[in-house]
Amino acid sequence: MSATSIINSVRLTTTSSSSSGLSPSSQPNSFNPRKPTLLRVASSRSPPNLIQNKPVFTVPSPVPVEDMGKNYEEAIAALQKLLSEKGDLKTVAASKVEQITAQLATADGGSKPFDAVERIKSGFIHFKKEKYDKQPALYGELAKGQAPKFMVFACSDSRVCPSHTLDLQPGEAFMVRNVSNLVPPFDKIKYAGAGSAIEYAVLHLKVSYIVVIGHSACGGIKALLSIPEDGSTSTDFIEDWVKIGQAARNKVLAQHGGASFPELCTHCEKEAVNVSIGNLLSYPFVRDGLVNKTLGIKGGYYDFVKGNFELWDVDFGLSPDFSVKDVATVLHWKL
Amino acid sequence: MAYEDAIAGLSKLLSEKADLEGVAAAKIKQITAELEKAGSNQFDPVEKIKTGFVHFKTEKFEKDVELYGKLATGQSPKFMVFACSDSRVCPSHILNFQPGEAFVVRNIANMVPPFDLTKYSGVGAAIEYAVLHLKVENIVVIGHSCCGGIKGLMSIPDDGTTASDFIENWVKICAPAKTKVKSAHKDLSFADQCSNLEKEAVNVSLGNLLTYPFVREAVVNNTLSLKGGHYDFVNGGFQLWDLDFNISPNLSV
Repeated sequence: MSATSIINSVRLTTTSSSSSGLSPSSQPNSFNPRKPTLLRVASSRSPPNLIQNKPVFTVPSPVPVEDMGKNYEEAIAALQKLLSEKGDLKTVAASKVEQITAQLATADGGSKPFDAVERIKSGFIHFKKEKYDKQPALYGELAKGQAPKFMVFACSDSRVCPSHTLDLQPGEAFMVRNVSNLVPPFDKIKYAGAGSAIEYAVLHLKVSYIVVIGHSACGGIKALLSIPEDGSTSTDFIEDWVKIGQAARNKVLAQHGGASFPELCTHCEKEAVNVSIGNLLSYPFVRDGLVNKTLGIKGGYYDFVKGNFELWDVDFGLSPDFSVKDVATVLHWKL
Repeated sequence: MAYEDAIAGLSKLLSEKADLEGVAAAKIKQITAELEKAGSNQFDPVEKIKTGFVHFKTEKFEKDVELYGKLATGQSPKFMVFACSDSRVCPSHILNFQPGEAFVVRNIANMVPPFDLTKYSGVGAAIEYAVLHLKVENIVVIGHSCCGGIKGLMSIPDDGTTASDFIENWVKICAPAKTKVKSAHKDLSFADQCSNLEKEAVNVSLGNLLTYPFVREAVVNNTLSLKGGHYDFVNGGFQLWDLDFNISPNLSV
């Protein structure tokens, strides 16, 4: 699969001149975010065969109110007719009607379809007006380069972004987000993704701290604990990926065998952070940073049910032959 | 010179030229402030994280009981977002995403590798989880200006030799974009080629998304749409584009 070409594009920028020099087929529009204008659709001249040249973010044509009302009455009449013939469906129908009522009652339910483009546009305009334009010194500095103190591993989960939970501002943290915030061991073939991020953060950006942050109700950890004893898997990737935390699973099952499944998950969410921290030591440049005291590693855990955060330090017995088992955790503080 | 001697010297001067006292006082105040600042410059990561979380807890978590109560029971984000690990481009900032809105993968140069059970289980797991379990409706791949990973890709010599353990091997995922940029924009400066590559690489990633059967299926069923984006933090601009894939039944990827 080779590169595909741009079909429709929306451009948000304050400097209309910045669009000069860009080919008209790929960067058609510019507008001032302070005065949002209608988005126009540009089309490429000769789309590759994979791609259909069709505007995708056109607004659905409005349905006249009278028609909607009429359609609704017709729909109800048809449903009633069906139910008069098949009375046993009434309970199912009732619960389904309740469901759509609930959907319609919520802010962006049924009546107002979610508009992804509009959401992205308004999100960026908010950022530009409230942050970017208000802090020219910060963003001017960041335009020249980044020098984050932290590298953070956090879960892809939509509820745990460290920019929110730790109030991290642009420029403060180089961030990797993946399923279950796992750091795989050094492996050039299997784990170039995480490896390249650590290599870049430690050797190029020279971050001072790597923080691995787990969280409550983690779907990936649940999957790890749900893998059957025989090791058989039913997913393409998920189980294979979360098996990086296998040592955490083993430890938790051995130590808390009698605990309930949710309790096991909580233990495993934290223990998997320690396994990840152990895996960080498999990267030579991380080890060097620790030995030279230019790099520190911390473990964290965000509980979004209770609203707690724990942070802990890890003591490494930095002997030449240390292994994951030497990783001892010291509870630092808890909020 | 010891501190006491320095002070004594200054006092002596002032005893001779009393009119300088005001200026001296102002200067002493200034250096005191500077020293104070320098003293507190010792970066304390624990304090930083603690302050950050306390801010979140008091300003957001405790103020929006309804939202966080709902999120405690589950997530149903509409977006899956691929963004770069770069500290300047977090989608929670640049697109104002609130908790619960976007399932986010962040890696070097916001790349989506092709379906590969061995080499790319990390990204594969995230896409599989987002599409099959969370049923996101949009996947947005967002590139950005001055991307170090893209610069790394652009800098790989033509003979393919690499100097890093992982970085070059990872960014090669978007090698087809480099080939395209080098042939289409061979007269441009290195910096301009990189800018073009930042956007073309997003398109290669969007193409790679189609190598995942569950992505293809959702796109065909119109339950999932794929979008490309580019955040320019030098000019404060954002571009968003759609790709519409016309997948014919005999397409083999």
